[in-house]
Amino acid sequence: MIDLNHIHKTFNPGQPNQVNALNGVDLHFAAGEFVVIVGANGSGKSTLLDIVAGSVRPSSGSVHIDKMEVTKMPDYRRSQWIARVFQNPLSGTAPDLSIIDNFRLASIRTRPKGLSIGINETFKNQVRERISTLGMGLENKIEQPMGTLSGGQRQALTLLMSVMDSCKILLLDEPTAALDPKSAQIVMKTAEDLIKHYRLTAILITHNLKDAFTYGSRLMLMAEGRVQKDLDPGQKSALKQSDLFDWFA
Amino acid sequence: MDFYLTALLLGLCYSAIALGIYISMKIFNIPDITTDGSYTLGAVVTAILLTHHQPPYIILPLVIIAGGTAGAITGFIHTRLKINALLAGILVMTALYSVNLSLMGRSNLPLINLQSIFTIVNIGADPNQNTFWILIVFVAVITLLIGYVLKTDFGIAMRATGNSESMIRSLGVNTDRMKIIGLAVANALTALSGYLISQFQGFTDISMGIGIVIVGLGSVIIGETLINWLKVTSVAVSLLLVLAGAIIFQLVLAVTLDIGVDANLLKLVTAVFVLLIVSLPRITARGKSMF
Ligand SMILES: Nc1ncnc2c1ncn2[C@@H]1O[C@H](COP(=O)(O)OP(=O)(O)OP(=O)(O)O)[C@@H](O)[C@H]1O
Ligand SMILES: [Mg+2]
Repeated sequence: MIDLNHIHKTFNPGQPNQVNALNGVDLHFAAGEFVVIVGANGSGKSTLLDIVAGSVRPSSGSVHIDKMEVTKMPDYRRSQWIARVFQNPLSGTAPDLSIIDNFRLASIRTRPKGLSIGINETFKNQVRERISTLGMGLENKIEQPMGTLSGGQRQALTLLMSVMDSCKILLLDEPTAALDPKSAQIVMKTAEDLIKHYRLTAILITHNLKDAFTYGSRLMLMAEGRVQKDLDPGQKSALKQSDLFDWFA
Repeated sequence: MDFYLTALLLGLCYSAIALGIYISMKIFNIPDITTDGSYTLGAVVTAILLTHHQPPYIILPLVIIAGGTAGAITGFIHTRLKINALLAGILVMTALYSVNLSLMGRSNLPLINLQSIFTIVNIGADPNQNTFWILIVFVAVITLLIGYVLKTDFGIAMRATGNSESMIRSLGVNTDRMKIIGLAVANALTALSGYLISQFQGFTDISMGIGIVIVGLGSVIIGETLINWLKVTSVAVSLLLVLAGAIIFQLVLAVTLDIGVDANLLKLVTAVFVLLIVSLPRITARGKSMF
């Protein structure tokens, strides 16, 4: 599904603040795989995800999605396959737009945004129904601006928005970092359900080692812009939670 | 009293500029000051075509295209060449001064005794009343059009572009292209104000655009104050309040002239007035927090 070949990324090359964020990453993610990535701050996890999404271009190396070379394809075109949940709840939604407006845009992620009015009663009911599955009581607030919701509510909605239109790849960059434990659990549970139900290829970055242990089929550790460890499903299920903690000791 | 009627009519003429600034500044979050140039450009194109006895159905689209092109150029410089939006606007505005001057061939073109949008139909005997109704229809049509577009999928994507760029890119929108379109629309509207004003006052002057951006800004800021004050979330109502802002702005200027302020000081009064509206919410907020 996703192939990364010899990816290097250098920010500010040749300047005093040069950073080698990725130093030769080769990865293959199969369709339907749920990959969890852990690693210290600055180890290049977000950069890796940005390169898959197309919001950052690699300095060298190539990216393939579905066997198609997409290295130079901008993020807004890769959105035909990819949906994202950002670390910052503010980045995944438009705060001044209503919930229903946000959902409308998400529901036409892979299609052109034309000069016709797409929000009607049928659409509103469909959105209400989806939102009610969260059990957060947000289904009656769809006309409210997104910005009036808490970070946890917004992250949960961003997740639902990602599957409003056809989606193959879901990228989650620390989706629960800013959330309290209860909201974090709802978001993780929702993510897992959606990934299973829609058979998504998913990449999750997290600093929560318990989540890293609980979720996903494949587990990777990144350090200094390289893949340090890469555990397949067999190795991962053999892993004990204490082993995982030892990685960071 | 005539004084205030003129102010009302001017306010209606400036509504288009107010809507334009509302789109660039509030919807796209881009400080665009191409305005001074694209406003004059609209007036210049109108004057040239009117003096060449062109029919209205030719003049109006050409004014829109001219203004739209000016905005698109600013948008291109800003997004593709990654130049700060203010600087991009200043560059295009400055270049437009020469363009406008060479198009006209001189610095002033009178339009008296020519056919104009205000002479197409004759609703009442009173020419002011005639002008009033024509302006009302004109402004209503563009407001309805903009209001409709902002409700469509395209319009929601426009609003999201100025609100959360990372989000809307991940939802498949080329934000550079969207900003270019947005600035084109904003400056097409600005050119429409130039179109109306030149026919209303009966001439086009090369310096008529100097400082006009402040009229648009002031109108939008008054409109926004009303929007916040009335806690409006509907896009359609917001547009109406921006129109109200344009009219209030002109009425306030009329009052200052009426109470005998020197006309030479008008731009100074305008600037101080805009400063007052901008700082009013902060001043009152500080006043409240003192108790
Ligand atoms: N746009 C940028 N410009 C310059 N340097 C950058 C940029 N983005 C990331 N970096 C640098 O690249 C390195 C890797 O950053 P990245 O965000 O990928 O780390 P991360 O593993 O996601 O860290 P965290 O766990 O803190 O989110 C860091 O040193 C960071 O400072
Ligand atoms: Mg990160």
